Amino acid sequence: MIELEHVSKRYGATTVVEDVSFTVAAGEFCVLIGSSGAGKSTTLKMINRLIPQSAGTIRVGGRDIRELEPAALRRRIGYVIQSIGLFPHWTVARNVAAVPELIGWAAARSLARAAALLEQLKLPPGEFLEKYPHQLSIGQQQRVGIARALAADPDILLMDEPFGALDPITREVLQAEIAEIQRANRKAVVFVTHDMEEALRLASRIVVMDRGRLVQVGTPLELLTAPASAFVRDFVGSDDLGIKLLGVATVAERLRSAASAPGEPIAVTASLRQALSRMVAEGVDRLGVIDGAGKPIGAIHLADLLRR
Amino acid sequence: MRANRVLLLLVLAGLAATPSLAFLTVAANRLVSGVSVGFAALPRGEGAAILLPAALLILASVLPRRRATHLLVVIAAAAFLLLLVRLAGVEAARLAAAAPPAVRISLGAGFWVLLLLAALALGDAIRRLELPRWAGAMVGAAVVAGFLMLLLSGVLDALGIVHEYAARRDVFAAAVLRHALMVALALLPTLLIGLPLGILARRRPAVAAWLFPLLNIVQTIPSIALFGLLLAPLSALARLFPALAALGIGGIGLLPAVIALFLYALLPVVRDSADGLAGVSPAALEAGRGLGMTPRQLLWRVELPLALPVLLAGLRVATLQAIGLAAVAALIGAGGLGAIMFQGLFADALDLVLLGVVPIVLMALAVNALFDLAIAYADRVPR
Repeated sequence: MIELEHVSKRYGATTVVEDVSFTVAAGEFCVLIGSSGAGKSTTLKMINRLIPQSAGTIRVGGRDIRELEPAALRRRIGYVIQSIGLFPHWTVARNVAAVPELIGWAAARSLARAAALLEQLKLPPGEFLEKYPHQLSIGQQQRVGIARALAADPDILLMDEPFGALDPITREVLQAEIAEIQRANRKAVVFVTHDMEEALRLASRIVVMDRGRLVQVGTPLELLTAPASAFVRDFVGSDDLGIKLLGVATVAERLRSAASAPGEPIAVTASLRQALSRMVAEGVDRLGVIDGAGKPIGAIHLADLLRR
Repeated sequence: MRANRVLLLLVLAGLAATPSLAFLTVAANRLVSGVSVGFAALPRGEGAAILLPAALLILASVLPRRRATHLLVVIAAAAFLLLLVRLAGVEAARLAAAAPPAVRISLGAGFWVLLLLAALALGDAIRRLELPRWAGAMVGAAVVAGFLMLLLSGVLDALGIVHEYAARRDVFAAAVLRHALMVALALLPTLLIGLPLGILARRRPAVAAWLFPLLNIVQTIPSIALFGLLLAPLSALARLFPALAALGIGGIGLLPAVIALFLYALLPVVRDSADGLAGVSPAALEAGRGLGMTPRQLLWRVELPLALPVLLAGLRVATLQAIGLAAVAALIGAGGLGAIMFQGLFADALDLVLLGVVPIVLMALAVNALFDLAIAYADRVPR
């Protein structure tokens, strides 16, 4: 869906992105991570031509982006930024319908789409459609920002530290929702953050950048178990490595399907980290496991968490 | 709660001015200076009605600051304004009846001081009531309507300024239209050129670096000097191309006046359109670009609507400035209300000066109120 080949960005003598190559397939959640100044935002903005690349090739849907009209390219790509950037003089309805309006949808269709997206993002349309951005909390504003990015149902979503300005609780809720939306619609997501916890929770693939260069590309598990360099190991953080490893695997991977256990069961989609937390808190060494419908399907033991 | 000190000051100033200043002056004809008639001697018979709002204003100046007090001040000050004008008309008629036909009765300093103080009290109370802007404008419109009704009823006919108007009815209407035309003709190119210049200045700092100093210099040139500067090139142009002269283009007349007003109006419009654009949230701009708005769509859908309140503020300054400067343009034969004003000045006829000046002031106040409403509307959503 997105291919970067030997992409560089230079401002005069300063190189901010150097020879970066990676691809993002449909249905993939790719997180660009690195400390500030690593070039991750610049890389993201080169994909929708907000920043022109100095060298290399970027293809979106198989087409070289330099052959595409910038505005037309961007209308096919959802864009969410940390500062949200809702249009303050427009209602929520008009904000969400911004791209459909640009590409000439009928007003009724745009409105119906805006209402459906608000519903999906847990903002009741009856209450929110006619509100103005200043009447919303920051968390609600970013929900509208996400709805606006999804309005024309783009295959690709670019998100530039979208949850950086949110409080921890709102951030976690929105992380879960964006993960859900991405899975359900098989979008290709490129997501910039400097928060490793966030990257491990969301990513199917992580691209680590340092001073403009690509340092490692891999799954969360690969990053944790086989860091390519000391920099990556430090960046991932080694003191609670075990906890992080448990965080990127689910109960489903260690399930004993024939077994059962007493007490409050745990969902099969929960992370092993959550399972460990429950065992420690409740002073037990095994938990019953239920599926999405609440049906008991097995158990998980403390010893299972140690299995590799 | 303490009393409204602004109102107290205005009332004290009014009480101090009333006994000492002339309310009306009576002259044997329009050219000689007159004899004062004080205010204190006047209110009797039906004219005594003005004492009621006056007493209410004095009372309100020591009452605590509450909404009810401010409301009382609005009503009392509006009534005082209208009764003051009416009193002047009634007394002028009484004085004129007992005098030869050539007698001129003019409004004295006391009248103007009380009018100004009452208007300030009214404005202060409206502001303190924190009414929506349209409600404030409605009160202003009601006072002006009451004033016009007094004028049309004939109560004011004995006043010198109304005499002057009666003698120049046709000229007056033409002058008002000419004045408005001059302002409109200057503002149209100001918008058409000033707005793009403002956008350019915002986009290119290099342009702003020479444009603003240049426009600032234009502002510092006195208006008469600017008319003088335009005189030579425009009359040369008319001599070279007689066809242009036939169209009325020359060193004097409407065209140089319009050009000068346009040059003065440019600075506030260019500056405030650039400032307004600079105030647009960078996040909204990035989002607009990122969503796929073309630069033109971004300008019309996001930048200009968000810059509009500031832009209108600049246009307000430009318009008020043009209304005032258009009076001076009478000196180069552009006509307008300034022509009446200067005619009065040169003839030493104060009432005639006022016949030119009062409509200019009213025009400015009306335009100001309209801009208030427009800006309040453009700014209805906080940003």
